[in-house]
Amino acid sequence: MKSPLGHAGDGSTAEGTPGKLMTGAEIFARSLVAEKVEVLFGYPGGATIGVYDALHDISDIKHVLTRHEQGATHAAEGYAKATGKPGVVLVTSGPGATNTVTGIADAYMDSIPIVVFTGQVSLPLIGNDAFQEADIVGITRPVTKHSYLVRRVDELAGIIKEAFYIAQSGRPGPVLIDLPKDVMAQKAHFAYPDSVQMRSYKPVVDGNMRQIKKAAELIAAARRPVLYVGGGTILSNASEELMALAEKLHCPVTTTLHGLGAFPERHHLALGMLGMHGTWYANAAVNYCDLLLAVGARFDDRVTGDVERFAPEAKKIHIDIDPSAISKNVPVDVPIVGDVKRVLHRLLQEVGTIDTKDWLTMIAAWKEEHPLRYENGEEIRAQYVIQKLGELTGGNAVVVTDVGQHQMWCAQFLNYSTPRSHITSGGLGTMGFSLPAAMGAAFGRSDVPVISISGDGGFQMNLQEMATIVEHRLPIKVFVINNGFLGMVRQWQELFWRKRYSQVALANPDFVALARAFGCPAAKAERTTEVEEVIRTALAHKDGPYFVEFVVAKEDNVYPMIPAGQSFHEMIDTPDPVDGNGSGKDIVVLAKGVSPESPKKERVPGRIKINE
Amino acid sequence: MNNAKAVRSEGESSKCHTISILVEDKFGAFNRIAGMFAAKGYNIDSLSVGATEEDGVSRMTIVARGDDKVIEQITKQLNKLINIIKVIDLTFDSFIERELVLAKVQTTQETRREIMQIADIFRAKVVDISQKTLTLEATGSQQKVDAIIKMLKPYGIKEIASTGRVALKREFQGEV
Repeated sequence: MKSPLGHAGDGSTAEGTPGKLMTGAEIFARSLVAEKVEVLFGYPGGATIGVYDALHDISDIKHVLTRHEQGATHAAEGYAKATGKPGVVLVTSGPGATNTVTGIADAYMDSIPIVVFTGQVSLPLIGNDAFQEADIVGITRPVTKHSYLVRRVDELAGIIKEAFYIAQSGRPGPVLIDLPKDVMAQKAHFAYPDSVQMRSYKPVVDGNMRQIKKAAELIAAARRPVLYVGGGTILSNASEELMALAEKLHCPVTTTLHGLGAFPERHHLALGMLGMHGTWYANAAVNYCDLLLAVGARFDDRVTGDVERFAPEAKKIHIDIDPSAISKNVPVDVPIVGDVKRVLHRLLQEVGTIDTKDWLTMIAAWKEEHPLRYENGEEIRAQYVIQKLGELTGGNAVVVTDVGQHQMWCAQFLNYSTPRSHITSGGLGTMGFSLPAAMGAAFGRSDVPVISISGDGGFQMNLQEMATIVEHRLPIKVFVINNGFLGMVRQWQELFWRKRYSQVALANPDFVALARAFGCPAAKAERTTEVEEVIRTALAHKDGPYFVEFVVAKEDNVYPMIPAGQSFHEMIDTPDPVDGNGSGKDIVVLAKGVSPESPKKERVPGRIKINE
Repeated sequence: MNNAKAVRSEGESSKCHTISILVEDKFGAFNRIAGMFAAKGYNIDSLSVGATEEDGVSRMTIVARGDDKVIEQITKQLNKLINIIKVIDLTFDSFIERELVLAKVQTTQETRREIMQIADIFRAKVVDISQKTLTLEATGSQQKVDAIIKMLKPYGIKEIASTGRVALKREFQGEV
């Protein structure tokens, strides 16, 4: 992909022979073209004005002017998660750079490959408290996989090549490159390197064969196995291998928040999400399993609760590309360092079918006894909105959530079925993530509808990006689940802080009027009966964004719930009768991998007891 | 993520480990190493950096304290840093460890001779002398350096500067 690249002054052609003399700014632009960057999210400023001048003539890269640098980094994350390609950001020095910090930290926690270019004051001014100077390399050091300050223009192309390689390889993550203004104006001969040679960075991708054989032995001896699947499975594009392994072993599969989509939730082996707000039966299965096969997951505290009592009876196998993730929180019996796809591929050759019939029977009974459930009434339940959305899209959409109650309900009720169909801020838990991340996803994916779901709190944290979305006529469905509260904090205050509601009620603007002010068509649903139609209207709207506000039950809780730091035994299941607003008659029940139409079976007689 | 580790208590299983690191001389490399220790709440007893036989590569010797789990994480986290070429926990091998200390000791006419005798015993050198002070240079293992400091303390130590420990693995692992 060569682009017509104008060179101010010298009138040279686009092709340019390798080794041509160019400014740092031109080298930057040419390097991005060489990396096949299609979209660049950014915001110009004094320190990057020269870089922006060089970009002005490049037609191969679409620059998206976000309305805030935080929006740019989240957009890059959304783009990366939706496409699997690295997201790229360009901002100016000082405040431009510091505004990217939250997005960088978010990408670091969730292993998202993004490359962030920040402007910097000229080298002689660094350290002088110059105008719009910030030590962004220092500020972001703990939240970047790696970072660079470019000191010589002849280093620039090599650094960019390395940065893209580091961001995408091994355990992916954000890489930052700080570009001093004077360096970008200096000239060097440009030749983009073909390959990266780094003696100090060589991620292990092929699992150790001896470890894989050991894992196969543990698997052969297992009767109650569980696959515990994390985001690493999606990052490594290993869904097919996962399916093959699960079906070969007849092994039930539970996913983490970031693992959602790696395994289709309508499959009979699916358990849905585990952890704090996971399904009752996923947590039960993990609690009673005799083998836990962790795949690209990191034993996060929201998954394990009390680590001492997490999967207490299980032998543990852990496949992860990051050696430091292994035995960090929970000791494991067989660690396998490597790329999930490659390791699963090798493991598949080593394992045979195992007998899990009794185990699956028991899990089926759990699914029947403890399904996800809520009660519908006149007042809208957020769960219903989300379940309807899942039904109407048939899983054929990219859903980008924010953080809080709606995020957990999406994890529970959307029934994700394909990888990269679920994007959220998991590790850092960044409110305000959804809208800009959905914007990034929409630039990368035009094949499926992109849906942004936020609460009324989170939406207001980055709503400036509505302007960007409208400007680019991105067909994003922007859903705000409005309960007038910071719902998750309110839930904790209700359950654990004696219902003292401190600073959680929100006085909100008229969201519909606000969306329209941005030039976005908007609707509002206030009754359960209106939900389906408004979702259908939104999905049918293809020309630009469509905004919907759902006014939902104010004081609703996410269940089941394992209180922080506790275990399966302290799990609070959905209270009976289901809390809500109706007559107790319209109870909606959802169990993963169980068709809602299938007739209810009798309680399984004499089902296996497990020593508790 | 690391709330449990924010303040590390030093339990009984906590041991001193001498970790030798080969690191590329790149912008911010040392900052990343020091920052990692701070961010994860790991304690450093001693840290020294110097050149190696190879241009562009430095050796950092870090003495850190922790139980096996902490030390394992330290090693893994160090390996994760991009500029680090090699991390060796020397504690598992036989190794040579040295520290250099400069100690400025208060003297009088009466004590000067005694102090010089102590220096002789420890094979320390007198590197500076004034009416009221003597500055000694001592080299050795940490125990030796600690011992001479202990001996000098009663005379009054005005100032101490030390290098921190440097270490290399012994080539012949059979002897100690």
